Amino acid sequence: MQNELYELTIKEARALLDAREVSSVEITKAFIDRIDAVEPRVQAFVKVTPEVAIDQAKNADLAISQGRASLMTGIPLQIKDNMCTKGITTTCSSRMLRDFVPPYSATVVDRLESEHAVVMGKGNMDEFAMGSSTENSAFHSTYNPWDLERVPGGSSGGPAAAVSAGESMGALGSDTGGSIRQPAAFCGVVGMKPTYGLVSRYGLVAFASSLDQIGPITREVTDSAMLLTAISGHDPKDSTSIPVPKQDFTKGLGSGIKGMKIGVPKEYFVDGIDSEVDKATRKAIEVLQSLGASVDWEVSLPSTTYALAVYYIIAPSECSANLARYDGVKYGYSDHSSGSMWSELENTRQQGFGPEVKRRIMLGTYSLSAGYYDAYYLKALKVRTLISEEFSEAFKKYDVLVTPTSPTPAFKMQEKTANPLQMYLSDVLTIPVNIAGLPGISVQCGLSRGLPVGLQIIGPQMGDATILQVAYAYEQATEWHKLRPEI
Amino acid sequence: MALTSDEVRHVALLARLAMKPEELESYRSQLDDILRYFQMLETIQTDGVPPTNQSVTNHTVMREDKVEPGLDKEDVLANAPRREGDYFRIKAVLE
Repeated sequence: MQNELYELTIKEARALLDAREVSSVEITKAFIDRIDAVEPRVQAFVKVTPEVAIDQAKNADLAISQGRASLMTGIPLQIKDNMCTKGITTTCSSRMLRDFVPPYSATVVDRLESEHAVVMGKGNMDEFAMGSSTENSAFHSTYNPWDLERVPGGSSGGPAAAVSAGESMGALGSDTGGSIRQPAAFCGVVGMKPTYGLVSRYGLVAFASSLDQIGPITREVTDSAMLLTAISGHDPKDSTSIPVPKQDFTKGLGSGIKGMKIGVPKEYFVDGIDSEVDKATRKAIEVLQSLGASVDWEVSLPSTTYALAVYYIIAPSECSANLARYDGVKYGYSDHSSGSMWSELENTRQQGFGPEVKRRIMLGTYSLSAGYYDAYYLKALKVRTLISEEFSEAFKKYDVLVTPTSPTPAFKMQEKTANPLQMYLSDVLTIPVNIAGLPGISVQCGLSRGLPVGLQIIGPQMGDATILQVAYAYEQATEWHKLRPEI
Repeated sequence: MALTSDEVRHVALLARLAMKPEELESYRSQLDDILRYFQMLETIQTDGVPPTNQSVTNHTVMREDKVEPGLDKEDVLANAPRREGDYFRIKAVLE
């Protein structure tokens, strides 16, 4: 069967490009046509950059013809709009940054450009990455390619929907509490949150600095390994970047999981979990068992119950400090209507930020304020220690932990917008990973009433290669990754 | 103990967010719900547990003090909402 060019995986495209059977310009044009065809319905982009993409594709073809190709050369990618792209607006889907043109690029963008990757445009997201449905974008929602009446998840809903709909071969997302893995699960693609510090955060617009991490969103596991290899590695510009030599994550992918020890923490099968999600996850774990892994179904991580509360203290606290920089002076939206410096500052922030961002700034400011610091912020940091220690103990016994990615498949638009706490609960299974700085990956493991279900594989810090290996073994043994939405 | 409107007003002031009366009430009730959810943390024992600020253990990171070119001045000032020459223009801080 002859695939359309926009249906190629990164691995397939790499082989065709290197064999000179197809050019990057041809592939890029196929994606531009695909975006023209489906973007009005999916709305995964804040900005499409076809001229930039064609120029980059021409450079990529030149590099390939001169024997200078590397993993991402000529590969069309979408970048979530919270990563700085020099000369191209970086809005964080916020009115505050609608016209902001960064004077420099994020390290991940520089690394992709040095490999002559092709940037198709900037991905839609929940404003400042705060949300779980992409409905908090100040510009427009993004629609799930599997069912246009449902959300794509969030906050990296644009990148996940773009990859799922064939508008981009891969994408970069960011994950503070599940913002790569949850939308990947909702859109039936692969999404990976690497170990904290494995990928540089330089040029990623800060939300919660101790939790934020950039990672790949792709159709298949090999593609994620390739993209992670391209963007990871120590960066002197990020002092939390781990000083280890650059690693090739495509090596060892196929070494199998015979003899591996898998733990299944029972707290992740929460009350109210969708029965099809429950079933698909358990079936997937049986597949891993049949591939030679030993499975302990009775693991308990009791502090998991507290992770959501801990997260919604720590993340808003860090957010309230990070977003103090938006003062309407150096860049961004600025109110000039009201006279004094203080009232202009307060109006700038009122009008520039949307409701969820303000809610989190308020929550964080409250948690950090005199009289509440010990009861909320300090308490959360201590429980963070307990959650991390519990994971460390578990990883003395198990190579990986396996769970559902989200308790439900994609929900309907507006189903959870009126109740913030309900929206927060859709990240309950992804948040603990960020709190402990662990790597986690979501791969499709089934369907629930026609909607994709995600399987989450969690590893110890720096166990990124291991979770990729398990994800790859599962993917190769099943057919779910071959399903595509009809759009 | 329910969150009061005065507390919300105080927090909005600390965060430098102007707020309409109807916004104030909606934030009050939503934040109250969320703070009640946080009360579960009171049930977990944390005496003697050290706080974790960062999940990686990089300590203070030092580097060579090398002179390198900074950002292009025009690129940076191009984003300024108000500019005068090579300066950001702001309202008077002290009247």
